[in-house]
Amino acid sequence: MGAMNEQALAKYTNNFLREVEERVEEGEWVKMCMQCGVCAGSCPFGPDWEHSPQKIFMMIRAGKRDEVLSSDSMWMCTSCYNCVVRCPRELPITQIMHGLATYAQRLGLAPKMNPTRKFSLLFWDNCTRTGRVNELKLALGLYFMDGLVAGIKKAWAMRNTGLGLLMAGRLNPFEILKGHECKDKAGIQRMLKKAYEIEEKRRGFAK
Amino acid sequence: MAKKEYAFYPGCSSQLKGSASNYLTSVNSMCETLDVKMTPIPDWNCCGASIGYAGSGELARHVMNARNFALADEHLHGQDVVATCAACWLGAKETKEKLGASAQLMADTNEALKEAGLQYKGNTQVRHMVEVLIEDIGYEQLGAPVVKPLEGVKIAGYVGCQTNRPFGIAGESFENPLYLDKLVETVGGEALTKYEQKVTCCGGALAFSEPEKSQAQIKDIVESAYDQGADMIVTPCPLCQANVEIYQSDINKRYGTKFDMPVAYYSQLMAVAYGATPKQAGLDGHIIKPTKLQEIAVKVVPTGKR
Repeated sequence: MGAMNEQALAKYTNNFLREVEERVEEGEWVKMCMQCGVCAGSCPFGPDWEHSPQKIFMMIRAGKRDEVLSSDSMWMCTSCYNCVVRCPRELPITQIMHGLATYAQRLGLAPKMNPTRKFSLLFWDNCTRTGRVNELKLALGLYFMDGLVAGIKKAWAMRNTGLGLLMAGRLNPFEILKGHECKDKAGIQRMLKKAYEIEEKRRGFAK
Repeated sequence: MAKKEYAFYPGCSSQLKGSASNYLTSVNSMCETLDVKMTPIPDWNCCGASIGYAGSGELARHVMNARNFALADEHLHGQDVVATCAACWLGAKETKEKLGASAQLMADTNEALKEAGLQYKGNTQVRHMVEVLIEDIGYEQLGAPVVKPLEGVKIAGYVGCQTNRPFGIAGESFENPLYLDKLVETVGGEALTKYEQKVTCCGGALAFSEPEKSQAQIKDIVESAYDQGADMIVTPCPLCQANVEIYQSDINKRYGTKFDMPVAYYSQLMAVAYGATPKQAGLDGHIIKPTKLQEIAVKVVPTGKR
């Protein structure tokens, strides 16, 4: 178990709700859930997850820390915001799901093999490297994230789609060498480094 | 019509040879007709999209969006930022809202931005291109330059998620927004107002990481268009466009369907109706050719109508 997780366990002993309120983006809203279940019925990936947002919120209040943080349910969020606009208590459910997933990732408790966890990290790394997304490297990174053999299989399965995009002028093979980028890459790196530092301090992650 | 000027935030997918490069092509053509001047924000950066959350955390995401606002404010002072991409618009709007509500977040953002020599002052608005069209120009003025009405083209207006939720377009409902249908009618097309998958999620970024689950969504979106007798689907979102168009062949393999439904942008409809060539309207940027639009675009404009 990681040091950051042990520190969190020691600090919040039996109060997972307080831990979520202090450390998870929009976590202070969790206690406002009235368990109506509209979010559960509004989610496009409803048939696919184990815990609906409604369940996650009650599990947080019941102190089911391991079950919540290791759940793959938050990683099923497509950011469609359907639950947010329908919630009678106006909870920012999408942001809470992202926040919980991010916190689980930070503590090293998120499901390792979840493909969206990997893609999310890949995307942020991709877009912040130069300030702009390199779509070709993003797609290849996704196909090859489970290793070379799996990558070649996936890239082969997607070859017609790739060729179609290439013919339509919507894919640039030369992005493998150099894609679009911001001029002030260095400034972007500096401001992001600062942002991570500040957030660690504010959320109590800093050592 | 008076010339209108905006600070343009095109977004990553709209760049040259990007997955939505034909969106940008058609927006340029449409804006030229409408006498709207779009000046790209110098050195704009990615909004981080919704999917970057696990790596970004909260503040870094806001800092990325605040950088664009700061650059727009510095170089294109007084102009509203206009995004064509749903995710860019949502990301920027969310940042503006959050920073406006929290002095702490505002101060932290500016402390980080200082590292790039910039400052976020919060005096710049962010709008979606669609808002510019219907609020600043209006349906009537949008209809005025039409030289080739899209007569007889049956169009399913697929609004999707992020242009519609959580912010949406003022005066529209989340469950049944009408602006896309109205835009279709403005350029002479037939809006299929009973199309019931209008606001269904296409899976978004999870079309990449969870293809099976997302393709089940896309299948419903395309199938319903067929049920309504659509010639094509139209959307305001670059990721919706890409997902709904490019995975149809995968879906055909998976489900034994025979989908071949073109998916275009609202700006392409408008460009074609305004007399653009197929190339100017970005019609060469499709895997599934929008043949009905193509046929209209190559027609010669009747003399005297221009």
